[in-house]
This record gives sequence, structure tokens and C-alpha cells, in this order.
Amino acid sequence: MSRLVRRLAAAAAFLVALAACGGGTNTGSQTDVGITADSILLGNTIAQSGPAASYGTIGNAELAYFNYVNGQGGVNGRKIKFKILDDGYNPAQTKTLTKQLVEQDKVFAMFSGLGTQAQLSVRDYLKSKNVPQLFVATGATTWGKDFSSNTMSLGWQPPYQGEARIYAKDVLQNHPNAKIGVLYQNDDYGQDYLKGLTDGLGDKASLIVDKESYDVTAASTQAQLTKIKAAGADTLFLFSTPGLTIKSLVIVTGLHWEPTIYLNSVSNPQAYMGLAAKAGAALKNVTSVGYLKDPTDPQWANDTGMKLYKTVIASCSTCKPDDGFNLYGVAVAYTMVTVLKKAGSNPTRQNVMNIAANQLDDNSNPFVLPGVKVQTTSDDHFPIMQEEVITWAGTGWKLSGTLIDERGTIK
Amino acid sequence: MMNRLRGAPPRYWLVVIVVVFFIGFPTVISSFLASEWAQALIFAIAIMGLNILVGLSGQLSLGHGAFMALGAYTSAILVHHYKMDYLLTIPIAAVLTGIVGFLFGVPALRLSPLYLALATFALAVVTPSLIKRPAGLTGGVQGILVLQPDPPPIASDIFATLTGTVMTSDQWIYYISLFCALLLFWLAWNLTRHRPGRALRAIRDGEVAAAASGINIAGYKTLAFGVSAFYAGTAGSLFGLATGYVSPDTFPVSLSIQLLVGAVVGGLASIPGPLLGAIFAYFLPIESNQWVPSQSWIPDQIASTLKNAGPAVSYGVLLILIMIFAPNGLVGLIRRGYEQLNRRLRGAGDREAGHVPPDPQTV
Repeated sequence: MSRLVRRLAAAAAFLVALAACGGGTNTGSQTDVGITADSILLGNTIAQSGPAASYGTIGNAELAYFNYVNGQGGVNGRKIKFKILDDGYNPAQTKTLTKQLVEQDKVFAMFSGLGTQAQLSVRDYLKSKNVPQLFVATGATTWGKDFSSNTMSLGWQPPYQGEARIYAKDVLQNHPNAKIGVLYQNDDYGQDYLKGLTDGLGDKASLIVDKESYDVTAASTQAQLTKIKAAGADTLFLFSTPGLTIKSLVIVTGLHWEPTIYLNSVSNPQAYMGLAAKAGAALKNVTSVGYLKDPTDPQWANDTGMKLYKTVIASCSTCKPDDGFNLYGVAVAYTMVTVLKKAGSNPTRQNVMNIAANQLDDNSNPFVLPGVKVQTTSDDHFPIMQEEVITWAGTGWKLSGTLIDERGTIK
Repeated sequence: MMNRLRGAPPRYWLVVIVVVFFIGFPTVISSFLASEWAQALIFAIAIMGLNILVGLSGQLSLGHGAFMALGAYTSAILVHHYKMDYLLTIPIAAVLTGIVGFLFGVPALRLSPLYLALATFALAVVTPSLIKRPAGLTGGVQGILVLQPDPPPIASDIFATLTGTVMTSDQWIYYISLFCALLLFWLAWNLTRHRPGRALRAIRDGEVAAAASGINIAGYKTLAFGVSAFYAGTAGSLFGLATGYVSPDTFPVSLSIQLLVGAVVGGLASIPGPLLGAIFAYFLPIESNQWVPSQSWIPDQIASTLKNAGPAVSYGVLLILIMIFAPNGLVGLIRRGYEQLNRRLRGAGDREAGHVPPDPQTV
């Protein structure tokens, strides 16, 4: 009997000890968490390992820019602290890590989280915690379009639909009798693009003679491209992800086919074009769009913005200065700093969100193309809506034409 | 009753301590940590299922992530389209996944172990694409958001009196997961100790001999698949609840590998193994990812390389170490250490009394 009593006593003592260690968890102050008199804490989840690891450098470039700003004295006397966590492009990880940043690290806001699925998975959560989800690194149209029901989330880059509308304009202007063939990825990403193109063509949508889709897991697009060629298309749209775009460009050359090619912006970084050329793609008549200055374009060699970029990125030992993703990171970090500066003496979550979503009006960003305005109003929540047509000139992209503004076309 | 309690072997008391520990745990850790531990417990359930298949019946599966996906989507769809209560959908998801696993087990019987591994691997590879197809039902690439339930008043009140803070939905989900884990571990324990467990072990160790002893090989092998999928379905359903979101990318191929690593590391064919393996498999990638960059003595260049390869490298290194030093997993290691200690203690006493201790029996 006494042994039993002793065992029970031990168990009880254990319980008491557990309870004693307990107590105040979870302080629930909802406003102005993560901000002190001399610091602001921002959080970020991004793929730095796994299938989309090449995007990971964006976070490091953003950190480099925040460090640069801190070196200049910070924002209104506050230094920006930036915590980057790797979610490996898995939304379940994003959810856990975002929770960690919000509940454990107590960030002021989430900034530039990457991946459509990943960021959608935390949109409701962040709203329920009243944490701004600013300038997500995804071009899905939903971020700007559905803002009214997701008031704590905002995108930054031009939406895929807007980009496709610009292609539509360019086709109608320069190739009014084109026979269009479209290759698109069979998911929201590809369909977003396809919808933009169809809407942009309007009553000329009949110019599309063939659309073929492929699955994300597809190894090749040979069959689809052969079909599009057989359908008589002379203008080819590639709404695909970089890996398959490179393959498609090679296949097109292999088919002895020389259509006018429109390439989506996701696939147009110079590095990918180089890979395609190396694999034997002819890269004739290739058109795309851009809104950022290209670090490899010699025309910006003496540009102050580009010089600033080179200075900033030099402090990041793992960032390659020629990688366009780094310029993207620095450019979006610039907008974040602009918003925080504008919030001035009232840096609450609500005020920062309000400024970002409704009152942005910035044409001073030195990293975007001249004339591109980062702008939001009370009924337009797409910060960037201007892009310029670019054509491939053998070794780099050449700006051709003027900025095309699609603001207000996506409702 | 008292006598039975008094006569209980020490490992029963260990079980009681572990259970009490897990019940008390959320009262001393933050709500966020509770949500992480809930996911570790959910992993434990899935790994227990895999353990029954791999450890007990000797069939290899590289596709348990797919069964988890099925469970998660079953629950999410029932909640989202048919407005069912989430708790009700857990058993439905479990049973449905169990049936699918059972059916998958029928053709799998005809495959040799290597081809079975490939077939299940294929299942894991196609599942994410397959889910995207009926976009109206599954939400396609966008996935389905799952609303996390508020704790019921009773649980909330008890929790409040214990800790003085309000119970969050994360903490409530932790307790749901713990309940399911306890139930399913108890079931697995019963399974292994009785006829089916013995039959499965016999099949694993020698199919011909087992058949000669009158064991229905086909029946038991498919049963193992069904039970295993039942566990994975439960885990998947809970996983959807814990993460609040199901989407195709939530269930990548690497999830299946992660589960298998957890099962092997914990210790195959043991009951506590999956729990230890789950804690290992769940926390290692997260911790290794965050620990490396926080160490200022590691040079930047090396840290960033290590960080990118973090989970893979630490998995690899630890797996090799465990295979060398603890081929029976963590549980095997602990058991061996305990036995050696016991033998030495007992040996000392026996030597004084002039007895020679008998050889320890192998498990």
C-alpha cells in the first residue's frame, strides 16, 4: 500500500510542479506589438530551400536594404529588424512559421512573404490577429481584387492579369492579324494569365486559334507545342514557369518554327534566357514586359538608382548582383520603408495598413523603371500597374515602346 | 484493483507519467508552442500507422503523405461544402482513408517489396496533381481554408481555472490531437499484443512459415495496409485542422519521406517509437533551419549554404549516426541502455550473493 501511495504522491508532485511553472502565457495586446521607441520588427517567410529555393535570395536582398536604411539612421529614429524564416514553399510550414513570428517573436507586420498558396494559407489568420500582410511576393490577382474582404493583405508587383492585358494591347497594335496559340500551366497561375489575355483581347479573342495546358508536374511540353504549331499559330504565348519555359523555347526551335513569342515576366530573368540559348533555343522575336530596372542592362550603368542598388547589395555576401530577384527585393523593401516613413509619429498597424492600401503615391522609387508609380487609392489596391514592353536582343532585354498603364482595368 | 495497481510493472507507470506530462504540457507552454506540439502529436499518429505497416508487417510504403492528404481533404470538403462539424468528420475521414488503403493493399499484395515501395512512391508523387483536378471540389491550387474551432465552454473553463488564461483554439486542437493519439496508440498496443500482431510479425519474419502455420497472408497484409491508412487518414484530418488550410503543396513527396524517417528513427515495431520519431521528424527541420543562422560563430557563407540544405543535411547526418549506433531506433537505444544498467546493478547484487545472472533474453 505504502508503495502505491508514494507513487501517487510522486505523480501529484509532478502535476503541481507543472502547474507551478505555468502562469502568464499569451499576453494579448493587439496593437503596436513589435514596435518600440528605437526598433520595428518585421517578419517574413520565403522558400530558401526546396523546389523554389532560387527565390530565397529576395529575402536576403530585402534585409540588405533594411540594413542600409538602418545605417542611415533608420526610419524616424527606429531601426528595422527583419526576421526571415524558410518555409520550403510548403504552405503548412508557412502557417506554422507565421504563427511563430506573430505569437512568439511578436512582429509588427509580415512583409513580402512568398508564394501564392503559402500566403493565401495565412491571409485569414493574419487578419484575425490584426497583423498587416504587406506586399506579398505573388502576382495572383486576388490580392488587389479581393482587398475589400481581406483588409490586412496587400500585393505589390503587377498582377498576372494586368501583365497579360498589356500583351493583348501589344498584339492588337503590332500584329492585328495574329493567329495566337497559348501554352499555359493548368492552375490558377496559368489561368490568371489566360483570363487577362482573353479579357484584354475583348472582341478580338477569336484571334486565339489554340490553347493548350500542361500540368505543373509535366516533364515536357512537346505534345502541346506540336499541336499549337499544327493549328497554324504564328504568335505563341508562354504562360509557364521558368523550367518549362526554357524547355518550350528549345522545343519551338526544334520544331523549325519561328513564331512571335510572348514570354511572361516570371520566366524572363536574363539567367533563364541564357540557359535557353545554351540549350539551343533560337530566341527570335521574343517579347516580354518589365517594370524593374535590369541590373545587367548597360543603359543603367550610371543611373543613381542602380548605383544605390549595387552599394546595398554589396553588403549581402550571398546575393549575386546580376540576379534580378535581388533588385526586386531591394525595390519592394524601398516601398516598405516609404510606408513606414509616411506613418511618421503614428506607426500603428492600422495606420500603416491604411497608408499602404489607400494612400501610396510614390514615383521616387529608384529601382523601378522611370515613370512607374507605386500607387494605391481607396478603390484601387494594385500598387504597381504599369509595365513596359521589352524585346530580347541576343544578350539582354531592350526596352521598346513606352509604359503601358493598366490601372483600373481589373475590377 | 489495488493489488493490480501495485503489481503493475514500471513501464505502466512510465506510460502514466508520459500521459500526465502531455495533458499538463499546454498549461506551461505558449499557445504557439502548443500548436507545434499538436502537429508533432499528429505526426506521431501518422508514423504509428506507418509503423504498423513497415515495422509490423514488413511492407514498405513511401506514400503515406498521400493517405494523409486524402484524410485532410475529406474533412476539409465535408466542412467546407457540407457544413459538417469538424470533429464529426475526423472519424469519417479516417474510415474512408482506411477503406482506400485496404483497396490499395489488394493489388499491392502482388508486388515484391521493392516494387511496392515504387508503387506507393508513385502514389505520393501523383497525389498533389490529382488533387488539383476537380477544382470545384478541392479548391484546386488555392486549397481550402479550414476554420479553427473555438474550444467548448467546459474545456475552456477548466483550462482557465488551471492557468488563469483563456484557452485558444490552438490549445483546444492540441487536446483533440492528444485524445486521438492516446486512443490510437492504445489500439496499436492492443493490436500488436494479440493475434493480428503475432500474425503480422510471423509474416514479416517468414512468409512461407507463416502460411504453413495457417495464417491468411493476403488477408493480414491488406489489413495492415487498411489499418495503416486509417491512422494516416486520422492524422491528415487533424493536420488540416491544426494548420487551418489544406492545399496540394501541403502534401509534397518529402512529407512521406519525413514520416518514414520518423518511423525508422523512433524504432520500428515498437509502441513508444513513433512518438519519439515524430518529435524528431517534426522538430528537426524547423530547429536546424533556425539554429544555424542564429549562430554568429559560423561564417556567413557557410551558414547560408548550410541553411539552404539544413533539413536535408541534418536528416542525413543523424540518420547515418542512428543507423550506426542505434539500429533499432531511439527506443532500441533506450531499451538497451536500460537493460545494461539493470544487468549491471543486478549483477553486482547477484555476485555478492554468489549467483551468476542468466543471459538477457532478446526481444
